[in-house]
Amino acid sequence: MNVLEDAGRDTVGVLEYAGGVAGLLGESAVFVGRFRIRVKETLDQAYFLGVGSWSIVLLTSLFTGMVFSLESALQAVRYGVGNFVGGAVAYAIIRELGPMLTAVVVAGRAGAAIAAEFGSMVVTEQIEALLSLGLSPVRMLVVPRLIALIVMLPVLTAIADLISVLGGMWIAQIYAHISYGSFIDSARSSLPIGDLPRSLIKSVVFAIIIAAIGSYQGLSTRGGAAGVGKATTGAVVIAIILIFMFNFVLSAVLFQS
Amino acid sequence: MERPIFARLESVGVRYGSKVVMQNLTLDIVEGAITCIIGLSGAGKSTILRLLNGLKTPDSGRVMVHGKDLATLRGEELIELRRSIGFSFQFAALFDSLTIGDNVALPLRENTQLKEPEILKRVEQTLDGVGLAHIMERFPSELSGGMLKRAGFARAVISNPAAVLYDEPTTGLDPIITHVLTDTIVRLRRQLNGTAVVVSHDLESIYLMADYVAMLFEGAIIAYGTVDEIKSSINPIVQQFLQGSEVGPIPI
Repeated sequence: MNVLEDAGRDTVGVLEYAGGVAGLLGESAVFVGRFRIRVKETLDQAYFLGVGSWSIVLLTSLFTGMVFSLESALQAVRYGVGNFVGGAVAYAIIRELGPMLTAVVVAGRAGAAIAAEFGSMVVTEQIEALLSLGLSPVRMLVVPRLIALIVMLPVLTAIADLISVLGGMWIAQIYAHISYGSFIDSARSSLPIGDLPRSLIKSVVFAIIIAAIGSYQGLSTRGGAAGVGKATTGAVVIAIILIFMFNFVLSAVLFQS
Repeated sequence: MERPIFARLESVGVRYGSKVVMQNLTLDIVEGAITCIIGLSGAGKSTILRLLNGLKTPDSGRVMVHGKDLATLRGEELIELRRSIGFSFQFAALFDSLTIGDNVALPLRENTQLKEPEILKRVEQTLDGVGLAHIMERFPSELSGGMLKRAGFARAVISNPAAVLYDEPTTGLDPIITHVLTDTIVRLRRQLNGTAVVVSHDLESIYLMADYVAMLFEGAIIAYGTVDEIKSSINPIVQQFLQGSEVGPIPI
């Protein structure tokens, strides 16, 4: 009986959470639709959340491309298919690893920052102060971060894709003596040109997930410092889980149709 | 002659989870006067302020401001109401990422069509009114507790609201700053020709500024009147509270 009660309570909790996030996104969409956007704040957030994430995205994508190439190039050469390495690396990175890993890294940095900032604002009554001034926290805080991430995450992903493939190309040349020309030819012939914009669509969805979950977690903070910690951890964990789930769904919809 | 009523809490009930904070509470806030609300810590005094500007919805009863039931207000109407009531928070609640000048200017920049030079002029005047004109460019983290409170006052009053709600304005401050803030509240109320509601434990300040005092105890208003009426109340709970005595009907 307790198991059923717990399952029921958890289900209601998940539905309430999903409804809350959907409500937040809906309210944000209304402000965007009415062009009630704070431009300077949005640019500041684009710099902080996007440009500020550049170095960690660069490092993680570079080493991901390099290790992927390291593991695949030697095996490919051994089986006499070294001319396919460029295609394999580009295919995996641009379709899957680039958008997903970039989103995970940005969720860890930007999603956590959003949740922690909003959570601190809740516990120091700054959110109530906004409301008392007749201002909407969604318009003032959520919309700028949402737009900033929607613009910046695809840019970061495109850069990550490029860096990752270049890293893979370099390692393939060093360890398996696959020439740059062969690597590039393989990549061009294997990867349909439409895959790049489709992978950037993934980034837009991931940006919405990171901004929405970070904002909702932060604005739902209860309690003091411990509450902020919980909200921040929750923002990262939930966003990453959703990124993995949506990545599967989007791959099925965008690439298998 | 009966004075007009700015707001009325009518048989209000509020609970946080299973804890009942207010039960059948009724209170009138007189227009153009300073009403101070006293009571034990955790009695629900700050909740009264949140009820008055619609930040909190009662579980039962009605909150009326200028004769309008807040529960019937639509989104835009509620926003308009909040803009007409300034709120000075206990810990100032200034926005960390903005300078003091930008904090104070925010309501004007977001809620009015005023041009920037006019906004800056108003901000300077308002900060000057609370003795802080020289710290416009500083951030909240660089200010003392007393300065933060005054900056919070400035943000609360810059839109010339019809009423200002002060949540523990003098708590934790030295006697000199306490006196300055008490004077500031009285002066701002006169300048705005409006209503003020002050939640405080600071009896000295209350005696100096209050037109009316209401005492909240166990979820209800148990005493209400002028300072002299409250001081001479025969209610043993009121007397124990005013004397700060451990002996009496208030459970410690």
